[in-house]
Amino acid sequence: MKLTVNGVEHDVQAPQLASLLHVLREELDLTSPKAGCQQGGCGTCTVLVDGEPRRSCLLPLAAVEGAAITTVEGLGAADELSPMQAAFDEHYAAQCGFCTSGFLLAGTALLNGSPGATREEVLEALSGHVCRCTGYVKIVRAVEAALHGEVHPERVEASFEPEETEVLIPGSPA
Amino acid sequence: MTSRSLDAAQLVTPTSREDAIEAFGDGAELTVLAGGTILMPELNYGRLRPARVLALWNAGVAGIRREGSSLTIGAMTPVAELEAAPEPLATAARSVADREIRAQATLGGNLCATPGGEIPRGDLQAPLIALGARVTTAGAGGQRTEPVEDFLSNGPGGRLVLEVELEEPAGAGHATVGRPHSHGFTILAACAAETSEGVRVAVTGAGSHAVRVHSVEQALAGGASPEDAAENVLKDVQPRDDALASAWYRQRMLPVLVGRALHDLSQKEGTRG
Ligand SMILES: Cc1cc2nc3c(=O)[nH]c(=O)nc-3n(C[C@H](O)[C@H](O)[C@H](O)COP(=O)(O)OP(=O)(O)OC[C@H]3O[C@@H](n4cnc5c(N)ncnc54)[C@H](O)[C@@H]3O)c2cc1C
Ligand code: FES
Ligand code: FES
Repeated sequence: MKLTVNGVEHDVQAPQLASLLHVLREELDLTSPKAGCQQGGCGTCTVLVDGEPRRSCLLPLAAVEGAAITTVEGLGAADELSPMQAAFDEHYAAQCGFCTSGFLLAGTALLNGSPGATREEVLEALSGHVCRCTGYVKIVRAVEAALHGEVHPERVEASFEPEETEVLIPGSPA
Repeated sequence: MTSRSLDAAQLVTPTSREDAIEAFGDGAELTVLAGGTILMPELNYGRLRPARVLALWNAGVAGIRREGSSLTIGAMTPVAELEAAPEPLATAARSVADREIRAQATLGGNLCATPGGEIPRGDLQAPLIALGARVTTAGAGGQRTEPVEDFLSNGPGGRLVLEVELEEPAGAGHATVGRPHSHGFTILAACAAETSEGVRVAVTGAGSHAVRVHSVEQALAGGASPEDAAENVLKDVQPRDDALASAWYRQRMLPVLVGRALHDLSQKEGTRG
């Protein structure tokens, strides 16, 4: 089956009823969508399907054949963040990061579809996403900053100066 | 966990209503897949390994058709689209889960929703019953159209839901036990509508599917006040304990909610939708 992710077409082998989440992570090595609950209740697996936020754990592969899938890997690069990513960075809207991909994509869809969203609409758009670290305040602040165009990518770029990484634990992914 | 692999499932994706009906046949040994918001977790966790799956994505049974005050709503219509349907259906649709789930979950899946861990999860059933909606299904013996409450009490097995028809009511009322998180399932809800056959009332959360409460309707028709009529709800439903609430709590809250829904209806009567 053919699957288009972040503009690249892939031939995938997984069963037609495997979840899109499984295919993205296990077959295509795209690990920004997280397998939080795999039953629709947490939002960490959210991707964009033709621009709309969807739970990739609830989508059978066969249902998205021919659709354009976007994951965080397709949003921006480390030295060229998308406006939503830049806002999350600037507002410290991620702690452990497990929920962040889902929030970024839900926020991106909101930015593209209703940039004039009110506070209530922002909360509604994010309501299916669970964060166990931040208390949500900084996430909401970041999404609203992006909606209002109040991001300063130059400050973000500076924080992405390549650093020497020290591998402390042998075999760790650092 | 069953031993059959996901690979072994034969997937059928009909591209018309007629092909879907033919592929469904009498429904034996077949799993219907609509939005998948209930079925996919079953597949993800290996609790379900179907032999044959009929996916309705391309079957042409989605969308709302309006003719005057009549609406025909296809089984594959996403819950999100029902947010613009007549009340009390719109309010119930808006309170289903979150934006992403509502865009994927369907009307047909909601009518056929099996309780999850004993928790009922078909929040659109009560508003449809209150509206006097009729559901058209296919299966053994051909197509039939029947009131939603009859469809639900027969159990959804063996039927392919095609569409639901309803008339815009002259007024509507809705009351629910609100829960703080969008993924909290409904503990209890009551719906009322002023239809061409009088006021119809239904409740969610007092059994595995929604129930029409005739005793309340009859008391109202006999001239009882909304508060007095609402007390009759326990003649038609026997609430049970489940993971969300106790039978004790439900017995006390049901008359209150039915009373509120009737009050809501009386405030809005005459204002269509
Ligand atoms: C996080 C989360 C929160 C939720 N919150 C709510 C909520 O607040 N309220 C609520 O009511 N529900 C809720 N649900 C449950 C579910 O999303 C809805 O009931 C939904 O409408 C089911 O539709 P579906 O198309 O996704 O069903 P599917 O998963 O595709 O199917 C569900 C069942 O119906 C059968 N079926 C589907 N369509 C047909 C058809 N046309 N003919 C015959 N059989 C059919 C399937 O075989 C299956 O048994 C929630 C689910 C999740 C994951
Ligand atoms: S993993 Fe998909 S919603 Fe939790
Ligand atoms: S940052 Fe840890 S769950 Fe949200």
